[in-house]
Formats: sequence, structure tokens, C-alpha cells
Amino acid sequence: MAVTDTTEGRRRAPLVPWIKGALLTLGSVAVTMLGLLFVTFIIGRVMPIDPVLAIVGERASQSTYDAVYQQLGLDKPLLVQFLYYLWDVVRGDFGMSLLNARPVSEDIARVFPATLELATLGVFIGIVLGVPLGVIAAVRRGSWIDQIARVVALVGYSMPIFWLGLMGLLVFYGILGWVGGPGRLDIFYQDIVPSRTGMILVDSAIAGDWSVFRNAFSHIVLPAALLGYYSLAYISRMTRSFMLEQLSAEYVTTARVKGMSERAVIWRHAFRNIRVQLITVIALSYANLLEGSVLTEIIFSWPGIGSYITTALLSADMNAVLGGTVVVGLIFICLNILSDLLYRVFDPRSK
Amino acid sequence: MNAFNRLMTGAALGLALAVTSGPMGSAETPANMLVIANRIDDITTLDPAESFEFAGSDVSRNVYQKLVNFDPMDLDAGYQPEVAESWTVSDDGKTITFTIRDGLTFHSGNPVTAADVEFSLRRAVILNKTPSFILTQFGFTADNVEQTIVADGNTVTITTDQPYATSFVLNCLTATIGGIVDMKTVMANEADGDMGNTWLKTNSAGSGAYKLVSWKPNESVTLQSNPDFYLGAPAMERVIVRHVQESASQRLLLERGDIDMARNLNPEDIAGARGADGVVITDELRGRLMYVSMNQKHPELSKPEVRQALKYLIDYEGMQNSFLNGQYVIHQNFLPRTFLGAVDENPFSLNVEKAKELLAAAGVESMELEVGVREAQERIEIAQTLQNTFAQAGITLNITVGTAKQILARYRARELDVYLGAWGPDYPDPHTNAGTFAYNPDNSDAAQATGLLAWRNSWDTGGLTEKTAAAVVENDRDKRSQMYAEIQATFRETAPFAVMFQKIEQTAQRDNVANVNLGGATTAVSYWPITK
Amino acid sequence: MSDMTAPDLTWRAWLLTDAPTSRRHAQLASFYQGWLSLRSNTMAMFGLGILIFLLLVALFAPFIAPYDPFVQSLGNRLQPMGAEGHLLGTDSLGRDILSRLIYGSRITLYIVALVALIAPVAGLLVGTVAGYAGGWTDTILMRITDIFLAFPRLVLALAFVAALGAGIENAVLAISLTAWPPYARIARAETLTIRSSDYISAIRLQGAGALRIITKHIWPLCISSLIVRVTLDMAGIILAAAGLGFLGLGAQPPSPEWGAMISEGRRFILDHWWVATVPGLAIFTVSLAFNLLGDGLRDVLDPKDGGQ
Repeated sequence: MAVTDTTEGRRRAPLVPWIKGALLTLGSVAVTMLGLLFVTFIIGRVMPIDPVLAIVGERASQSTYDAVYQQLGLDKPLLVQFLYYLWDVVRGDFGMSLLNARPVSEDIARVFPATLELATLGVFIGIVLGVPLGVIAAVRRGSWIDQIARVVALVGYSMPIFWLGLMGLLVFYGILGWVGGPGRLDIFYQDIVPSRTGMILVDSAIAGDWSVFRNAFSHIVLPAALLGYYSLAYISRMTRSFMLEQLSAEYVTTARVKGMSERAVIWRHAFRNIRVQLITVIALSYANLLEGSVLTEIIFSWPGIGSYITTALLSADMNAVLGGTVVVGLIFICLNILSDLLYRVFDPRSK
Repeated sequence: MNAFNRLMTGAALGLALAVTSGPMGSAETPANMLVIANRIDDITTLDPAESFEFAGSDVSRNVYQKLVNFDPMDLDAGYQPEVAESWTVSDDGKTITFTIRDGLTFHSGNPVTAADVEFSLRRAVILNKTPSFILTQFGFTADNVEQTIVADGNTVTITTDQPYATSFVLNCLTATIGGIVDMKTVMANEADGDMGNTWLKTNSAGSGAYKLVSWKPNESVTLQSNPDFYLGAPAMERVIVRHVQESASQRLLLERGDIDMARNLNPEDIAGARGADGVVITDELRGRLMYVSMNQKHPELSKPEVRQALKYLIDYEGMQNSFLNGQYVIHQNFLPRTFLGAVDENPFSLNVEKAKELLAAAGVESMELEVGVREAQERIEIAQTLQNTFAQAGITLNITVGTAKQILARYRARELDVYLGAWGPDYPDPHTNAGTFAYNPDNSDAAQATGLLAWRNSWDTGGLTEKTAAAVVENDRDKRSQMYAEIQATFRETAPFAVMFQKIEQTAQRDNVANVNLGGATTAVSYWPITK
Repeated sequence: MSDMTAPDLTWRAWLLTDAPTSRRHAQLASFYQGWLSLRSNTMAMFGLGILIFLLLVALFAPFIAPYDPFVQSLGNRLQPMGAEGHLLGTDSLGRDILSRLIYGSRITLYIVALVALIAPVAGLLVGTVAGYAGGWTDTILMRITDIFLAFPRLVLALAFVAALGAGIENAVLAISLTAWPPYARIARAETLTIRSSDYISAIRLQGAGALRIITKHIWPLCISSLIVRVTLDMAGIILAAAGLGFLGLGAQPPSPEWGAMISEGRRFILDHWWVATVPGLAIFTVSLAFNLLGDGLRDVLDPKDGGQ
């Protein structure tokens, strides 16, 4: 298939395949989203949790139960229910959360910034520490620092995150008192700064309220460090592997022979060439964190999208589950497309 | 090496930042603010006509007034006048006329009138939400409320279909669903003929000691004091209830002074917090019971000897003194202590030999049962202890853990052999438990009486249904109490329910917090008397 | 007995030969050389050692464990580490933690083995069919793969377990469900390369059917890259299983699954920290062992990756 595509492209004007590609991408995104929705919808319906019961509770009379059953439209055929839902989603309406009586979109707007803040800080830590570590490990392959980097990464891959989180809380919050506890803020710092972005670090910085900022930072630093460690493990390993590939390339040898300084060889040449690959890796790592690190969010009582979807799932709040999954899926797909695009635009080989 | 050095400096800097930004020393909450850690993820609505969960009743009790209500400083006195200044009962015992107190106002400034009372009670019946049975059991329906709940001047008259014990009716009106809402405000926010239900789920329109500032699901509930409260402005101007899931987190927050009260500490954390500076532990008996039930559709479980045998296969003492220590007390009757008619007889204890004899008499050598438990750690531990002791008599107990809703759905469908669960009274009258444990007028599958525990276990109650129905219309208090004692004596021996424990709520609080009342076995927490 | 050394040397020489005499000989020789290079990797051998130890522990659990892992003793609960007769203390119901840990290794191995069987096979099936068939089949299969990739992994597993009910078999299925798409992608990529090779064209010209080509010729070639990936994924599988157990959706009580043990123990984290710490360390050790071994295996089987 790939072969036919390029030959066709060559014959036509250069812009056409571009548009065709964009349309194809859009189409495949739409199909993926539709599939995602459908699978989630089906899971929600076959779940042995009764959404009606979830709303009316243990002691409801049968007539109360029946009223809610009809109100939810559960008496209609499955496909009809799905189409109704789809129609609403297309218009940007995710419906009401069954369990807290608010629009799901409002809920998501509230919980997503919390995850965004945490994931961004986490991936930032991962980049700042992981990339240099990977580069050094590659340059000094086999040295003690390479071994350390290897151990650091392997330990990261092997640690149960919920356990490490618990231990971190116990030591740094419980015993040493260096960091804030679970949650995003101490109670009396809550509701002080107006919520503009929903990300407390950003909001407090905009408001110029540094006491809130410091408090928020003391709360986020531990979970972010934890997530940062995981993305560090991944990013540093990948960086090392990309760098090794470059360093063994001929142009590096040539540059060295020409007498170029080692630093220039590493950073100006080799590193420059792995930037694109690195972006893909970082995007993937970021997407994983944005999906909501369910366990981390639960351990740290972080009101993010991962714990939101999980709670909703376990209490049969299907509108919330569907809404959350759509948002998360969309982010994942978009980041994928973005990194794909970057790859195509910047990678010298694909030109 | 240069890059490595820079990297290390960066790490050190990050660490230093983390250290300095940590909380400095022991913080303290402001003097006019009460901060509580609690699990509030069960709140699904704050509309008093719909709210039915523990954390929701805690909010409702402080936001809405009722016709009659409990004095937190003297719960034993029973219901007292609140919105109703006084009341009279007609000779036939079916009609109660309330005179509305003068001078009460809603948070909006509107006066509290008889019309608001009429509206609130009618609304609860018409909306037909989960707790509506508390009112509709008196014969109120959406069609007859125009005649049965009527305001006239400054009085409101309600007419029941039978001459129930007056205490029963008034006790029911102290439940959350009896909350009086501000008709003008609520109807101004009506949408699609929902009588303001959607709006009231997340807003308040009451006349109580506090008004709702915000409810953020799974995060917090914030209340602001009502300076015009008829008993005087509450000392705590702001009450914040923050959702903290973990017991350990609650304890750390309390020990560090970040909160004033922690309400969900497990026995180990209670023991740990007891030694902490400035922390005191208080115990309060609550109404919740922990029980095991046996489905009568199971051929073996329907034998009376087997039911008895299982009651002897529970290590009540062992559990009470280990992982339930201090938080549950042995109680083997369906009426919680402090309720009218409650009895204190607990004849069962772990006795494997006796159980084996009983099982042999019933011709049961070994059997396999499935117990449904919701995923709460203490219940899973109780289930495992049961598994252990049942096994000693040759009974294999398979544990199925699920979310509350999953397990409940199967329980209501009469599918579980054994159910391990908790039951809390809906309103402070003995009928609330008698009417579900010992009352089942139609035991057929078709009856779908899913609200009745007896029905869920397919138990026809062996004549207790009639006795329960008789007790609820008995107006002589002592006689009524005696009737419940008799019902419970039969129930204890014959019912397919092994009631095991009653809940004691252990609260850890800062030592400057005073006058806390969580509501005992009858009602919910009251914030307005609290000082610190 | 005395001439044991002589054939031994011959074996070695035979395995290290530069001129294999048969196809099997060549395979064995390359396998042996791989083993030699793996053996020189200390860390990988360390990982292998741990895993063999784990296997032995699981195998001989009834003989090693000092107590029955299910026997309760409510009066003897939450004993500290090193308490009399309980090396690692006791849990909330007075059960011996060491014994539970030992029996728990069986569950861990069981989960890992099952997922390692299900997910790569499913992925291989989807990937090779998609890659070989091309066209619409490819598009549809890959679209499905994308859908599953776009799902938040733990959420998908959670949803699945919630739908089917908690339990160890369902946890295995749920983890497999989230683990297969990457295998499908790898298998498809390999298939695309292999498909256009002259070797396959030659076989096709000989009249071999699609089914035969896929099963006899493409699958064997995909397997080595899948094995590396599986070994590296093992740790992830263990962590995912433990995560499900931690959330109460994996193995059911009273099963001594390690994740569930952490979940039970976390309530006592402040005063009885060992109850949650010990199983956490066990999970860590085993997944580290898999990672070390996987890392070493990749060096051996996939030298082009530059000894990652």
C-alpha cells in the first residue's frame, strides 16, 4: 500500500497529497474516537453495576427506581442509547454526572488542570534530569556513571509506584515534614487565589500570592518528583540509546579527526540530530502522565482525571467515565499526531 | 563532567527548595474556623428531599431546620420544637396540627412561613426520591398531598392514613427529608418543572445555623455561619469539611495542626494519635449495625439449626478486641442501643462444638457458601475472620468483594447466599429497623420489596411482620417498648440475621475543640454549639 | 565416570564450531554463544539468579513457609519484624507475613506466566495477519489496535475487571487486553519487512498458502524480537497486577497476592510500616530481576540496539 501511495503522490501536484494526508489523519482520528467511545459505552453497559441503583441507593422503593430507570433512557435499545449519547457529544455535551449532579464537562474542566499541572512538572523533571543523564551515560559508555544511570533507570522501571508513593509520604511528610501532605493545598490556603487556569501554581503566580505558591509547591513536589523519576528512567534510557547510535556514526568520527572539541561534537552535532527522536519519546512520556496516573493520584489524594475516571467507573457514573475517556483518548491521539508531524517536518531522512 | 556537575547542583537546589517550602513547625487553624477531615465521597446531592447519605445528612442538619428537631446538647430528651412552636393531635390520632414559630428567617431574608412548610413536605412527597418512603409510609401520595398536608394561617396540618404513634410521625419529621426549604428561592430556580431539584442539589435555601458556600465533590464542603440563627450566631464562622480518604493522612493532618477534627481514624491510628500532643479522642455510640444475613432460598440455610449454628461460628469477642477495637461493640439485636425498645442481651459467642452439634442435627456435614462484601477494609477483615471460624465447622465460605453498588445489586436480587453488611437507621424511631429486619408482608419474588432486608433474604419473618405492624400504631410508650423487646427476643433466636456489632465513632480532635456532638445513634453532627 | 571430561570438551567445541554441520547444529551453536555472552553480563545473571530463586520458593512453598499463610491469630496481630517465630512479623489478622510472602510468589508467577502467554500471542496473531493481508484488513485491525492504545491502560484494565468481576483470572485477562497492542505493532512491522523479502516470494511462488506462510515462516521470524519485549514487559505486568491487587480488583482475600498485601498494610503505615513495606520490596525485587534479565537478553538477541 505504501508503495502505491508515493507513486500516486509524485504524479500529482505537491499540495494534494498533503491535504489528502490531513483528511486521512482526521478520518482515522474520528474513527478511533468513535471506536473508543463505543468500547467504553459497551463496557459501561455490561458492567454489573446498576446505574439506577448508583443514583437511588439501597433503600429506594421500586417506584423511585422505575422513575430513574426511564429518566436515564435505559428502557431504549442499546444502539439508540449510544446514538443519543453520540449526538450529545458531538454538540460538546457530555451530559450530567449521575453522582454529583453537575455537568461532566464542568467536572473535567476542574480535574484536568490538576493532572496537567502534575504531569507537566513531572515530565519537566524527567527532561531536565533524564536527558543530560542519558547523554553522559552514552558519552562515557561503560563508566561508573553509565552504570549508575542504568541502575537508576532499572530501579525506576521496577518500583511499584503506589508503594514508592506511600513510602515517600511516610518519610518526607510523616517523619521529616519536608513536604506538604496529600491534596493540592493546605486547607487554609484553599480558595484564596481566583481560579483562572485551574493550575494552582500558575494561578497563584498570576495573582502574585507567593505564600499560596509555596504551599502548592510543597504539595506537588513529592508526587511530581515521583512521576518525574518514572519519566526520567524512560527518557534517560532512550536518550542514551539514540546518542550511542549517533556517536558511532561516521560524521562524528570525521568531526573528531578534524580536531573539533569533544563538547562541540556531542552537543552541536550528535545531540542536535537526536532532538526529533527525543521529542517523540518525551511526547509519549507526557501522554502517559496526562492519561492520569491513577495510582499516584489516589495515593496523594490528587483530584485529577485519573482518579476521577476511576471513581466514576467504580460507582457506575457512566457519563463521567465516557467523558473522561474521550478527553484522555483525544489527548493521547493528538500528542501522537503532533509527534508524528514533528518527526516528518524535522527529520532530515524523511525529506 | 561539566554537565554532570550542573546536574548535581540542580538536584541539590531542588531539594533545598523542597525543604524550605515545607510547612514551618506546627500550623494552627484560625480561631473562628473549624476544619474537619472526613470521607465525603458519598454525597451525591444536597437537596433535603433527595439526600440520604451520612456526609449529606451532616450538611443538611446544619443548613435546614425541621418542624421538630433534636437538641445536640441533650439528645436523650428526644425531639423538641423547632420550626413548629407547638402541636396538637386530633382525637382519632390521625391529624397533627403544628403552629409555626414567629420570627424565623431563611438565609435569603424571607420569613419562614406555614406555606414554606407545606411546600417542603409536599415537594418531598411529589419528587418521590429515595428517602421519600419516610413520608409516604404515612399514606401521603403525590395525588393526595393537597388534602393531607395543608397550611392555614400560621399552622400546618398533616393527616395520616392510620393513627400511628405520634412519636413515630414526629421522629420521622426529624430526618433530613423533613428539612424546610425556602419556597420563593427554590421556585425561582425551578427548571423543567423539577421543583428546584437540580438547583438544590448543589445550593442551599435553608434557615439553619449555616449556609452552604460550596460543595466540591470528593474535595470539600464549605459552610458559612448564619448570624441571624434563632439560637444566636454560631461561634465557628466557617466550617470546612475536607475529603481525606486515608486514615493515616487524616492523622498526620491532625497531629500537625492542619485540621481540628479527624473522623475516620482506624483503631491503630486512634491508638497512635492518643499519644500525640494536643489531641484528644472522644467516643460516641452511633446507630450503625454490622450484620451477617443468610438467604432463605438456600436449602441448608433455611434450616433453623443451621441459622443458629452460624451464629455460634462468629468470633464476636476476638474481632471486637482486635481489628475492630474501640470502634465496634458487640450488639446482637436489631435496635441500636439508645433507641426506644433497645435490649442489651447478647447470648451468642464463638462455640464451634455447639455449632457442629447443631449442624449435625440438621444433617449438614459440609457446605460451600458465597459471602458478598463491599470493599471496605474492616468488612473484608470480618469476612476473612468468618471464613476462618466457619471452616472450623466444615463450612467453606468464599468471599466475593465488590464495590458497594455491585454487591448491593446482587443482594437486592436475592442472589447472595450470605451478605455481610451494615445498616444505619433512617430516622430515630424503632420502626426504621423493625420495619426492615422484621417486616415482610409479601415474600414472593414478584413483590420486589427490595427495600426490606427480610425480603432480600427471602425470609417470611415467621409472624414478626404482624407484630411489627401492631407496634407502630401503639401510642403507649412503655407498651410499645415492651413489644419491640419481644419482637427482638424472637428475632435473635430465629431470624436469618446475625447482628454482630454496633458502631462507636471515635473522633480525634485538637484539645481546644469543645461541645462536639456527632448526633449519637439518632441524628447527624451539629456544628453550631462547637467552640474552640 | 572418568571420561566425563572428554565428551564435555567435545560438546563445547561442537557448540562453538564455526562450521555447523546442520541447521539444528547452527541453532544450538548460536544459542550457546548467546548464553555465553549473557553469562558474562553480571547484572543479567543476578536477575536470572533471583528469578530461579523465586521459582524454587514458589515450587517448594509448603516446605519453606514456617506457617500456613491463611491461619489467623487475632490475639497475635501486627507483631513487629523479628518477633518470636515471625521473622517478618504478622499482619492485621495475625497471619505470618513471611509465609504469605512465600505463597504469594506462586500467584505472581502464575499471573506473569499467563499474561506472557496470552498477550504476545494475541498481538502476534493480529499483527502478522494485518501486516500480511494488507488493505482493508490491515486498516481495520490497526484501527482497533489504535483504539486500545488510546485507552488509558489502567482505566481499561479497571473497566474490564469491574465488568467481569474481581479475581485473578479476570485480572490476567484485563492486563493482557491492555498489553497486546504494542506486540501487534511490532509483529506487523516485522511482517511488513519479511513479506517483501525474496525468500517469502520464493515460497509463495512454490504455491504455499497465506496461512502456511504466516504460521510456518513469518511467526518464527517475529519471535525473537517478541521475546525480548516480553521479558522487558514482565516487570510492567507484575506492577500492573500489583496495582490491580492494590485497588482490590485483583486476587481476592484471603489470597496472599503482594499488591493486595500492600493495600491491606497501608492502613498501618505510620505505626506498623513493615506490613506494607515487605511485600513492596518483594514486588520491587522480582520486577528488578526481570528488568535486569531483559536488559541482558536484549544485548544478546538484539545487538543492533547498542547494548542498552
